[in-house]
Amino acid sequence: MNAQPYRLESGGRIDRRAPLRFRFDGRALEGYRGDTLASALIANGVHTVGRSFKYHRPRGILGLGAEEPNALVQLGVGNATEPNARATAVELHDGLVAASQNRWPSLAFDVGAVNTLLHRLVPAGFYYKTFMWPQSWWLKYEYLIRRAAGLGKAPPGPDPDRYDKMHAHCDVLVAGGGPAGLAAALAAGAAGARVVLADEQAEFGGSLLGDPGREIDGAPAAEWVRRTVAALEAAPEVTLLPRATVTGYYDHNYLTVLERRDGASAGAGAPRRRLWKVRARRVVLAAGAHERPLVFADNDRPGILLSSAARGYAVRYGATPGRRVAVFANNDDAYRTALALAERGVAVPAIVDLRPNPAGELVEAARAAGLAVHPGHGVVATAGRRRISRIEIAPLTSDGGALAGTPRAVACDALAVSGGWTPAVHLFSQSGGKPRWDEARDAFVPGASAQAEVSAGACNGAATLAECLEQGFAAGAEAARATGHSAASPSAPPHAVEPAQGPARPLRAVPGKKRPDRGDWHFVDFQNDVTAADVHLAAREGYRSVEHLKRYTTAGMGTDQGKTSNVNALAILGEVLGAEIPAVGHTTFRPPYTPATVGAYAGRDIGPLFDPVRATAMDPWHRRAGARFEHVGQWMRAWYYPRDGETMRQAVDREVRAAREGVGVLDASTLGKIDIQGADAAEFLNRVYTNNWLRLAPGRARYGLMLKEDGMVMDDGVTVRLSENRFHMTTTTGGAAGVLDWLEEWLQTEWPDLDVYATSVTEHWAVAAICGPRSRDLLAELCPDIDLSRDAFPFMSMREGTVAGVPARVFRISFTGELSFEVNVPRRHGLALWEALMAAGEKYGICPYGTEAMHVLRAEKGFIVVGQETDGTVTPHDLGMDWIVSKTKPDFVGKRALSRRDMLRDDRKQLVGLLTEDPEEVLPEGAQIVEAVRPRPPMAMIGHVTSSYNSPNCGRSIAMALVKGGRARMGEAVSVPLARKTIRARVVEPRFFDLEGSRIDG
Amino acid sequence: MLLIDCPWCGPRDDAEFHYGGEAHIVRPRDPAALSDEAFAEYLFLRQNPRGLHLERWSHAQGCRRWFNILRDTATNEVVEVYPMGERPRSEAGRAAYAANWRRDSEAERNALAPAGNGGAAEDGGAA
Repeated sequence: MNAQPYRLESGGRIDRRAPLRFRFDGRALEGYRGDTLASALIANGVHTVGRSFKYHRPRGILGLGAEEPNALVQLGVGNATEPNARATAVELHDGLVAASQNRWPSLAFDVGAVNTLLHRLVPAGFYYKTFMWPQSWWLKYEYLIRRAAGLGKAPPGPDPDRYDKMHAHCDVLVAGGGPAGLAAALAAGAAGARVVLADEQAEFGGSLLGDPGREIDGAPAAEWVRRTVAALEAAPEVTLLPRATVTGYYDHNYLTVLERRDGASAGAGAPRRRLWKVRARRVVLAAGAHERPLVFADNDRPGILLSSAARGYAVRYGATPGRRVAVFANNDDAYRTALALAERGVAVPAIVDLRPNPAGELVEAARAAGLAVHPGHGVVATAGRRRISRIEIAPLTSDGGALAGTPRAVACDALAVSGGWTPAVHLFSQSGGKPRWDEARDAFVPGASAQAEVSAGACNGAATLAECLEQGFAAGAEAARATGHSAASPSAPPHAVEPAQGPARPLRAVPGKKRPDRGDWHFVDFQNDVTAADVHLAAREGYRSVEHLKRYTTAGMGTDQGKTSNVNALAILGEVLGAEIPAVGHTTFRPPYTPATVGAYAGRDIGPLFDPVRATAMDPWHRRAGARFEHVGQWMRAWYYPRDGETMRQAVDREVRAAREGVGVLDASTLGKIDIQGADAAEFLNRVYTNNWLRLAPGRARYGLMLKEDGMVMDDGVTVRLSENRFHMTTTTGGAAGVLDWLEEWLQTEWPDLDVYATSVTEHWAVAAICGPRSRDLLAELCPDIDLSRDAFPFMSMREGTVAGVPARVFRISFTGELSFEVNVPRRHGLALWEALMAAGEKYGICPYGTEAMHVLRAEKGFIVVGQETDGTVTPHDLGMDWIVSKTKPDFVGKRALSRRDMLRDDRKQLVGLLTEDPEEVLPEGAQIVEAVRPRPPMAMIGHVTSSYNSPNCGRSIAMALVKGGRARMGEAVSVPLARKTIRARVVEPRFFDLEGSRIDG
Repeated sequence: MLLIDCPWCGPRDDAEFHYGGEAHIVRPRDPAALSDEAFAEYLFLRQNPRGLHLERWSHAQGCRRWFNILRDTATNEVVEVYPMGERPRSEAGRAAYAANWRRDSEAERNALAPAGNGGAAEDGGAA
């Protein structure tokens, strides 16, 4: 059998010396360099490439490029696979593997096709009507629907490919490299503007590459394209981006361009896609237009394709869609297709024209070429199982609403269809502009600009090549001028002459042998299997807004977003409603213009680069010691240090005991640290903390609670007065950045008169917290120059000295209730300090403890953790921390809010302790608390568990909770219903150990 | 993606900035003197116009300075950028400032009252 039986003997922009092997559904096929997957399939006579979404009807290649609704394939295998690729936009490369989608078990025999027979039962809105009850079945429905209706398959594991992001600024971004875009880039580039020209195809030229016989400036169009691209390549300020789709148009002329570098253009290890983020001073949209199919009976058979596609495959790729290609159209442009095919030796058995009196140079040329033109006719039926084999044509009544004669058959193996052109106003619409209906052009065209952009060429409704070139050239020249570039540029636009065309005839639904709203398959949206009858049904059922129509019928959804179907759908809706198209309106276009690979948006920000990881100076030691880690914000903190064979519980219990019985050491470096300086530093702290800071002596520390202006606890920490005008503030680990922002906001926006400077020093200090009765003995060995005695170095004070030979600030503060010293040294000495402590501590049985033990220790004492005991709705009063709220300060941030009526309610959630009946039972954190358990939900929830641990020092489990009116419930029993059991607990004070505070001095 | 002209650093992508909500909400000088309702106007009520909005931004990933802008929320056009502590200079900005109901609020009268009536905080002049 002849390889590539539908490849024409000559012609096309393919390299016949470079054959490429590829596989489609397992079949080995061959194409040429320069082919798309679609053109190679056509050359091999493969038309059926998928099954439709809902009815599983065989579907063929409809279009030539971005507009393709049908030919969606699964590319590649394994984790590199990509679903829903448009075969029309996939460059062929050697070894390409593609598979059809949405068919089971095979494309030829598909079980789902039974939906075709059942289509009366699957009307528009079917899902909404059917899958409603009973509620408990929703998850099952969803599973079945997804299985039955899925398109491609997501890869099973992480994407092995690499993606990059690029950033660019330019004077002029030109979106689209067809005649208008090339002319725009030429004009702007020649004037000296910095230009980025992006086109989704591998070759610049757009429609010029698939249109025979065009001349520009007296040369064949392809030659003009070659010369123009060469001139642009030579211009130093012009960047050409082929294979790059402008996918999004956002505010302030910020556009995204998705560049494909896979397939033929990829090198080993090169990024597969690059996402360009372009900020352009001016934008020229030259996105072209999409051909519109006609809506007629059984218009979805494989072998029926757009006229421009039939022409493009034959001219650009030398691949004919058939041996006998009939043409069905409402306009002159389709005659180009008939002529191009005929000139290439392809039989054109009929040109069926909806217009009663087509007249124009192209029509006459077709007649002169001996082609059979059937004016005033329509295709009223088609036949053929996997590929069209026959059309039936019939004269239509003058209003086009009915047949005016007996249908007769015309044999064909392809049908080229044209219902006119739809300007691609997607990017214009994304920019904020409103498209307006142009009656003469039978299309939505760009209205007034919302940003610094201009549309040119076919996307602006231009119908002729000359118009495209003129508009593009003018737009490019104007954009250059507007951005201050006036270097000499060609004074006149490229010139083209072409035959005059007669008017088109809009006819929304061509009658079939049955009424279009009562039978036959008059497909409007191929990808979503929406028929004209569905649009009628939706209108009858009251879905009269175009946005409702879209959501109810799914017309215009999917990966093609209705590029070929939107205008037909809303025009039919307009006919049903008796409304003009402008009154029906258009659905909103949203980015991306064509489907975009998620990987490109992630770029390299994946895996370890997804978020920065912060590690302390002591991190290498923790890792050597086999610590388990937990994420706290971006920090990796040592969680616990299991010894051989220990469970987490055993390890944490051991660490918790050691910190109270001997000496433990915690890496506390991650706590936020802010250096606050200035003559008004104390006054500033007095305003942002709830307690009093004016009289704190230098060298002394104080615990502070920070509120938002609404009175809710925001952060806490110990702050030390280093000197009269300098403080060292500590914050929670996770809150550090937010607190600094908060301080800056007040300083800059409300109190710029204060002389205060706040600087993050979190990374500057490494901190080891030594804790336990032997901590003084240990520190004494390493710290010769500070008197550590109880009286000389009291609790809540700071001394500067030398620890392990390193200058240090030592804070006598405690988050455990034990005697404790927090040693701060410059970060570069952190590891040495830690190692010195471990060495000197050996004889005291020093035990490093992690964040889990830290949590248990603080919970035993009833110390809160902001973000755990608080959630932005908790006041100091709710926490039982009135003691830290000054009664004498006239004002501080959050003070007034604390006396709002809502804050004074008795039934606010208040912090309490919980002791389970079974001391071994540890409540799950976050569990809901109820007064009375009912057999099933709902039951009144009165609070939730905020912290819960096993406490070896208490010999039982302990928990803290926020409970409505909790302080009035002391001693009461509450219940915590869980999935499989209910835990009973008693409300107690939220303090469990060393209630008298006798251990703080060792 | 807005392009915001930071008064200190020049035009930058909005990803570098942090939005700070409605501008020109001055903290009351003596919050204790306000009723719950008047204080709630200061604390909770915010403009949400379709159109011109005076708002605060900070260049969080840059110079970390706060400033004000006048932005059209419908088109995202940035009409004016002006320093913290100042009022808009453009005609549209002055009109938007004057038209805000807050100019007549008890909280703002309290905030802008002369010093020495028992308030703790000094007026920062952020109006």
